[in-house]
Amino acid sequence: MNKRLPIGLAFVLLVLPCSLLVAFTHYPALRALANSFWNNGSSRRPSKFVGWDNYRAMMEDDRLAQVLANSAIYALGTVPLAIGLAIGMALLVNSKLPATGLMRLSFFMPTMLPMVAVANIWLFFYAPGIGLASQILSVFGLPPINFLGSTDTSLASMMVVAVWKEAGLFMIFYLAALQAVPANLKDAARLEGAGHVRVFFDVVLPLLRPTTIFVAVNALINAFRLVDHIIVMTRGGPNNSSALLLYYIYEVTFAHRDFAYGATLTVLMVVILGAMAAVQFWILDRKAHYQ
Amino acid sequence: MTQAGVSLEVRGIRKSWGPVEVLKDVSFGIEPGGFLTLLGPSGCGKSTLLRLISGLDEAGAGQILIGGRDVSGVSAADRNLGMVFQNYALFPHMTVAENIAYGLRIRRVSKAAKQKALARVAELMALGDLLDRKPAQLSGGQQQRVALARVLVSERPLVLMDEPLSNLDAKLRVEIRSEIRALNKKLGITVVYVTHDQSEALSMSDSVVLMNAGRVVQHGTPMELYRTPATVFAASFIGTPPTNLLDAADVRPPGDGAAGLPADLAGCIFGVRPEALHLVVPGAAGRADFTASGRVAAVEYEGSVFLIHVETPSGARLVLSHSGAEVPQEGDTITLGWDRPATHLFSKETGTAIPVSA
Ligand SMILES: Nc1ncnc2c1ncn2[C@@H]1O[C@H](COP(=O)(O)OP(=O)(O)OP(=O)(O)O)[C@@H](O)[C@H]1O
Ligand SMILES: [Mg+2]
Repeated sequence: MNKRLPIGLAFVLLVLPCSLLVAFTHYPALRALANSFWNNGSSRRPSKFVGWDNYRAMMEDDRLAQVLANSAIYALGTVPLAIGLAIGMALLVNSKLPATGLMRLSFFMPTMLPMVAVANIWLFFYAPGIGLASQILSVFGLPPINFLGSTDTSLASMMVVAVWKEAGLFMIFYLAALQAVPANLKDAARLEGAGHVRVFFDVVLPLLRPTTIFVAVNALINAFRLVDHIIVMTRGGPNNSSALLLYYIYEVTFAHRDFAYGATLTVLMVVILGAMAAVQFWILDRKAHYQ
Repeated sequence: MTQAGVSLEVRGIRKSWGPVEVLKDVSFGIEPGGFLTLLGPSGCGKSTLLRLISGLDEAGAGQILIGGRDVSGVSAADRNLGMVFQNYALFPHMTVAENIAYGLRIRRVSKAAKQKALARVAELMALGDLLDRKPAQLSGGQQQRVALARVLVSERPLVLMDEPLSNLDAKLRVEIRSEIRALNKKLGITVVYVTHDQSEALSMSDSVVLMNAGRVVQHGTPMELYRTPATVFAASFIGTPPTNLLDAADVRPPGDGAAGLPADLAGCIFGVRPEALHLVVPGAAGRADFTASGRVAAVEYEGSVFLIHVETPSGARLVLSHSGAEVPQEGDTITLGWDRPATHLFSKETGTAIPVSA
């Protein structure tokens, strides 16, 4: 029942998780915020307060502009694609077709692989000349494409990898949601004269909406959070064409060792993610309430 | 709103789920505008049969004729019938109005006609104030009425209902029960109604199809089912409390001998309804054709009557529905009597009824 904890014990129980949260989340975030107002120090020249200088530099950073554009395209492309593919696969796997068990396994497999392993598989797939993609093209008599080496295709190639890796996980959520759709709702719609397509769009899809919102939030976060494949496959290239925000932060901070500017970019990223989370929760509050 | 009903005929229907045969040669018919109830214990195949009629599932064998036309191969949407599902099956993301008009929307009925039909049904089912609500914001009875409205708005001549009242409390159930019956009478639509509640079946129907384990046990009017049960199962399923079943050894036949009774009484089961039994007081006036004695095991007070449970010497249990002033006490030994017309005889071997001549 509602027995009260002794105040001392409650304090101890609270302090432990709170200190972890502070040490690894709040303190670094605040520290990044503070660092973004200082310049880089060295052994001879200690860092000093520079006010908004880093932010002014950020506004004039052409590379950042391209990276942000890339990130936007990447997010707007991968999220709907992964959701659409996940719904399609879930419908397939939930159907009365034979071998759905095998399909389930093969659709889910990419999710279980670490991103670095996925990146390796796709490196082979994209390899110019010898890769599977090139061989498929040559079967149709098309010229080979250097998927990762061309500024036209590198970002799209990265998006394909991300969708391939993520859709399987989202399929599981949709599969669970599909199986929770009451069969008699579909029957009722059928009796009223709805065909399969109508039943899906009128009855099933609206009932999947809470799942879709949940999946969209996760996919969007992942679009900003997962950059392992870019580090492994393209290093943001060629000519920044596949660089995403988090990859850019990584490069600035650890390759160029520009900690001050890295901190400034980190603040930008936190602001973007926070704004997106706020919008999504606002939608979630308004739209996801039946039952 | 006049919509003439259609006739329905079911001929030799069979259905298996995997190796299990759920329906075994089911046949019955119903006139246009009739109210037929499928009655039977849980799992006897009522819902399965309804889904076959509606076209949502396909029968293994047999024919279904709607309005005289064989509908095998006709899709559910084209059978021109409506169905009220066991738990309403309202679309949770649509308002009441959208739910009701969904079928009209699919059939691209013009907006004006849709509004008119909606208004008419909303008035009929007293849903006027609720049209903008979502199903989750309605009570069970209101949801029930929306489900009915959704079926009625399409003016289908045949409506199937699968235990539509099972989730309602007793008072609401009686209310909606009479509402459904009134609609059937007023609109002339043919209704097939599924229930496992025998009192519901008896009170509403023109005819009752009693089913057990995938077979039709008896098809007749409620009165026929009550008065002349065709089998031991029919006798024990219909009536509360159920018909008493007695071994011939416990029964003393009439003083004038066993005229008109089968020669082999030992191979018979006697069936007597609790309300046909009366107390036989030694020495007092009044007579009974048949009697049985036993010890009173329990007395239940039911308001209008006492239910007296009696244990016979052979260990069988009888229930007497007693409305007299003198109530026997637990432990008393009493004699129960009943008359020849109230006697049902069944063959011990087959369970089917044996006629008793008066
Ligand atoms: N889709 C199915 N797959 C396999 N077996 C089924 C299926 N649907 C029904 N059954 C079986 O068929 C039998 C009859 O089921 P049905 O639902 O028709 O019973 P019912 O008479 O409607 O019972 P209730 O009064 O409990 O609703 C049951 O034994 C059930 O287990
Ligand atoms: Mg049922």
